[in-house]
Amino acid sequence: MRDLYARFGGGLATVFLSLVLIWLAAMVLAPNLMMIDYALRPNLPPAELGGPRDVWSLDNVLYLANEGVHRAIFLKTIWASALVAALTLVVCYPIAFWMAQRATPGQLSIALMLVIIPFFINEVLRTLAWFILLAYRGPLNAVLQGIGLIDAPIRWQGDGGVLAGMVYAYILFMLLPIYNAIESLDKSQLEAARDLGSPTWRTHWRVVIPHAKAGIATGCVFTFMLAAGSYVAPALLGSPGSRWFTEIIYNWFFEGGDWNRGAAYALTLLVLCLAVVLVTLRVFRVNLTDVAK
Amino acid sequence: MTTDRIFRGLFVLYLLAFVAYLFAPLVIMGLAAFNESRFPTVIPWQGTTLDWFSAMWADAAMWRSLWTSAIVAVLVVLVALPVGTAAALVLTTLHARARSFAYAVMVSPLLTPGVVIGISTLILWRQVGVGGGIALIVVAQTTFIICYVMLMVMARLQRFDRTQEEAALGLGASKLMVFRRVLLPFLRPALLASGGLAVLQSVENYNTTLFVRGFETPLTVFIATKVRTGLTPAVNALALVIIAATVIGAVAYELARRRQVTRQPRS
Repeated sequence: MRDLYARFGGGLATVFLSLVLIWLAAMVLAPNLMMIDYALRPNLPPAELGGPRDVWSLDNVLYLANEGVHRAIFLKTIWASALVAALTLVVCYPIAFWMAQRATPGQLSIALMLVIIPFFINEVLRTLAWFILLAYRGPLNAVLQGIGLIDAPIRWQGDGGVLAGMVYAYILFMLLPIYNAIESLDKSQLEAARDLGSPTWRTHWRVVIPHAKAGIATGCVFTFMLAAGSYVAPALLGSPGSRWFTEIIYNWFFEGGDWNRGAAYALTLLVLCLAVVLVTLRVFRVNLTDVAK
Repeated sequence: MTTDRIFRGLFVLYLLAFVAYLFAPLVIMGLAAFNESRFPTVIPWQGTTLDWFSAMWADAAMWRSLWTSAIVAVLVVLVALPVGTAAALVLTTLHARARSFAYAVMVSPLLTPGVVIGISTLILWRQVGVGGGIALIVVAQTTFIICYVMLMVMARLQRFDRTQEEAALGLGASKLMVFRRVLLPFLRPALLASGGLAVLQSVENYNTTLFVRGFETPLTVFIATKVRTGLTPAVNALALVIIAATVIGAVAYELARRRQVTRQPRS
C-alpha cells in the first residue's frame, strides 16, 4: 500500500485504489453476500418482508435436497460434467503429447492455429453448429444412413448431443494446460524409458502422465467447472429429458418466480464448483497463480 | 517395427478425426447458409442461393441486437481497461502475503460460473430498484472481464524495467508525468490486446448476460432464441459473417503482434 503511494503519488494512487475497491466491494463481494442472504430467506409477498417469517433458514437448500426431480438433475449435472471432463481429457491427451514432444516447429504452429481458431468463435455459434449437424433430418443422420450404418435417423438431441457439444466447447481449456505441462518434459526421459524396454503405454503411464499431473488436473478442473455452469449447450442440444441444473436455476428466476430458491440453487452450484476447484488444486499441489495463465 | 507402423497409422487417423471434429460443424454451418432449403442443412442440397444473406441484412431485429451488443462492448471496455490496469498496478506493489490473498480474491470471478455472476448481480441491483438492461449487462460482464485485463497487464508489467521510472523522476518529471509518459506507453500493447479480448468476451457472452438482460436482446441471445423459435439459414448467414469477422480480426492481430516482435526484439 505504501509502495503504491510512493510510486505513483497521492492522486493517482488514490484513484487506482478506489477503482479496485469499488470493483471488489460492489461487483465481487456485495453481489455474492446478497445472493447468500436471498438464498437463506423464504420467498414472501412484499407485505410480509421484514415480518416475523422473514428470518434466515436453510429451507431453500433443503428443498433442493428433498425435491426428487431437482436433486436427480443436480446429481446428474455433477457426474455428467465429470464425464465431460474425462472425455475431453481422452480426446486431448494424445494431441497434446504429439504437439509437445513429436511435432516439428512448423507442424506445431499450424496445430496451435487450428485448435485456437474455433475458440475465437462465439460459444453460441459453436453450439448452433452442433445443433445443425445433429438435427433429426441433419447431415450426420443423412451420412450415416447413406453409408448404411443406420436404418432410421437417430435423435441425437439429448444427453449425447449435450456431451458432444460440451466436449467440443472446452477442448482448448484442456489442451493448453496439458500441452504446457508435457512440453517441459525432457525428451531424454522418453528415450531412456524406451531404451530400457518400456512399451509405449507404460512410458505414458509411468513417465509422461506423472510429469503432466498438474496440467491434467488444471484442465479437468476447468472443464468440469465450465460444464457444470454451462447453459447454452444443454438449452440448445438437450431435450426435455436431459435438463441441466442451470436450466432449473433459470426457471426459478424467470418462470417459477421464486428468486430465493433460485439463489439457493445458484449458491449450491457456486459452492460445488469452488470446492471442486480448490480441493483438486490442493490435492495436485497446483498453485492458483499458475492456473490463471 | 510393424506395431510401430500400425501405431503411427492409427495416430494419423486420430489426427484427421480430431481436425474433422474441430471443423466439420463449422464448415457445415457455413455451407448451409448457401442452401435454398428452409431448414439449415447441407443434405439434400436444394440449390445455391445468396438469399439468406439478404434476408439477414433486412432483419431489423438482428440490427437492433447487434447495436445492443456493440454499445455493451464499448462500455465494458471503457470500464474494464482502467479498473483492470489499476488492479494490476495495485497488486504488483503489494507484499508477498497480502499479495497472494488479494490475487485470490481478484481472480475469484474467473472461478465463478457465469450464471452465478449474472444472478448475484441481478439480485444485488434489484435491492436498489435497478432491473435488467444494458447497464446491468455491462456491470455483470465487467465483473469478470476486469480479471482478464488485469492478468494481461500484469504479464506485461513483469517485463517493465523500474529504472526507467527512476530516470524520469531524476530528470525532474512529476509522478503523474512518469505514469503518463513512461508506464502507459510501455503498457500500450497489453492494453490494446486486452481491449480486443474484452470486446470479444463481451460480445460472445451468453451465460451471464442471459440473467441480467431484462428486455434487451444482445446478439448471442438473439441467435439462441432464433434456434429455438424458428431457425432459418439467415442465422447461418449471420454466423458466417461473424466468424469471418472474428477470424480476420484474430489473424490481423496476430500479424500486428509478430511485426511488433520483429521490430523491437528486445522489449
